[in-house]
Amino acid sequence: MTPSARPALAWIAAATTALGMLATAAAPALAASSVPAASTPAPSTSTAPTAAAGTQADPLDSPRWEDMRKSFFADATVVFDERVRVSGPAVAEDSLNVPVSVDASGLPAVEELIVFADFNPIVKALRFEPGAAQPRLGFRIKLQQSSPVRAAARTADGVWHVGGAWVTATGGGCTLPSVGSGSPEWQERLNEVNGKLWPRVDGGERLRMRIIHPMDTGLAAGIPAFHIEDIVITDAEGRTLSRIQPLEPVSENPSFTLDLRAAAPGARLHVAGRDNNGNRIDAWVTR
Amino acid sequence: MSRSASSAPALHRRPAVRALRSLLAGLLFALCTLLAISPPVHAEDFDYRLQPRELAPGAWVVVGLKEDFSFANGGNIVNTGFIVGSEGVIVIDTGSSKRYGEQMLAAIRRVTPLPIVLVVNTHQHPDHFLGNQAFPRATLAALPETIAAIRSEGEGFNANMYRLNGDWMRDTEVVVPERALAAGRQRIGGRDVELRALGGHTVADLVVIDHDSGTVYAADLLFHDRTPTTPHADIARWLAALDTLEGLPARRWVPGHGEPATDLAPLRQTRDYLGWLAQTIRAGAESGQDMTELFQTPIPPRFAGLALVNEEFRRSVVHLFPAAERAVLEAARAKASR
Repeated sequence: MTPSARPALAWIAAATTALGMLATAAAPALAASSVPAASTPAPSTSTAPTAAAGTQADPLDSPRWEDMRKSFFADATVVFDERVRVSGPAVAEDSLNVPVSVDASGLPAVEELIVFADFNPIVKALRFEPGAAQPRLGFRIKLQQSSPVRAAARTADGVWHVGGAWVTATGGGCTLPSVGSGSPEWQERLNEVNGKLWPRVDGGERLRMRIIHPMDTGLAAGIPAFHIEDIVITDAEGRTLSRIQPLEPVSENPSFTLDLRAAAPGARLHVAGRDNNGNRIDAWVTR
Repeated sequence: MSRSASSAPALHRRPAVRALRSLLAGLLFALCTLLAISPPVHAEDFDYRLQPRELAPGAWVVVGLKEDFSFANGGNIVNTGFIVGSEGVIVIDTGSSKRYGEQMLAAIRRVTPLPIVLVVNTHQHPDHFLGNQAFPRATLAALPETIAAIRSEGEGFNANMYRLNGDWMRDTEVVVPERALAAGRQRIGGRDVELRALGGHTVADLVVIDHDSGTVYAADLLFHDRTPTTPHADIARWLAALDTLEGLPARRWVPGHGEPATDLAPLRQTRDYLGWLAQTIRAGAESGQDMTELFQTPIPPRFAGLALVNEEFRRSVVHLFPAAERAVLEAARAKASR
């Protein structure tokens, strides 16, 4: 059998899942408030009923929610909304690469989406301006420990709609050095974009891309924060289509999945951007 | 983020563990009374109740549960084995803890007083070597790649096993085998034994063939009615190793997890699942699926009998998808830049 390669990974999976399930039987009230996502081994797509988040309790019952609300939304209107879906594994097998998809396509006119994890040492993971893309994005993040992973979508009326899911992790994903920081490969290939387009049956275009970058958090001793901070996707005519602004918790060599509403003219897209040291990203992606 | 805030979920869980223990004890008691069977493990006295079975004269196996590591099973989820020759005993894997190793040695002693002449760790995973403490250090041996992997990753594995199995792990320490094994056929302990160095489940997977009885101890290259696990897997190499195994003159097979068999059922199951897994992940990457979409892949009904198939499939996606995705995206870039 087979624990993970990383020192402290989600082999806890099974135990936690079993504990969660049995705890539910033994002490329902306790389980409901302590290990929501761990109680099912299925991928979690957990959401919450719509309610004013200022007055309604956090459906994920995180002691950090009030801090999250204050720091991200200040005086804006915030609602928990099941139309904002966060999908990921209930248990993170690899705390350095926790796959997450956020989807707010059930909402009208999403202008901006942010993703954060309450218990990460760096809470905010990324910001996404969908523009000409569907308001949904796939990516991977580092998790320091079990945490709610939340997405908040701001609609044109200025209201923030919040959804999320618990992900169980034991990994120290944010305080480990990147693999890249210990190898020369990233220096030669830094900001190299490997991407591909797939036409979609709905007439749109899927973009998947992986960018070579260590995405160091600055929390590993002696390794400063070093991460991509801006990615702009434009079409062949130079029109800006969409924008992703990753932060430190996004995984090393980040990969993104996004769906543009229309087919790309000439079946190609341009990806431009930079990291926090000013190194440029500049590449074409084709089918 | 503050430490106190961060520890909140763990604090909440502790009473649940206690509740779980008593619930579990009650459940076990009720079950055992009802069904009049002996429990596989006994949490109160930390006794794994290891019961060696003699598959053929001198060829023994201790069969573990088809589960994941947990406090309830104490980590007894692995098959270990031993071969009793005319002059000594060969031990194949030492289990998941110091207690397991000690109880395994005691079980061997109930069968034979002959000296332990060789103890192999078939590969680097902790349920196969964390019982090493119980055996004479000079008898511990493994393939060179396995020794290196236990040396570099053993402590991390051990820490994780404490978290998963709790007090069953008490005093368990990593003992790295010092003797490097080479493939070959020889008399060991007065028995005609062949060592084969294969790989694919991990970087090196040792197969022990007891030619006197026709028993192949295939370790984790074979899973039987239990889903194969892949955190260090190279599926293509694993499938090639299965082809090699199929060519062996075997009368019985001991998988690393699941029941021993006298036919090729474990081999065919493992091959079928791994083939489907590799194809599913490759197809997902080639069609532009995201990892979270791939998680939703329906599991074919023919795998419904494999224990933990839903959980292990998702773990395998996490293990294997990044390389498949990378291959597709790098090929696309190479094409675009031509």
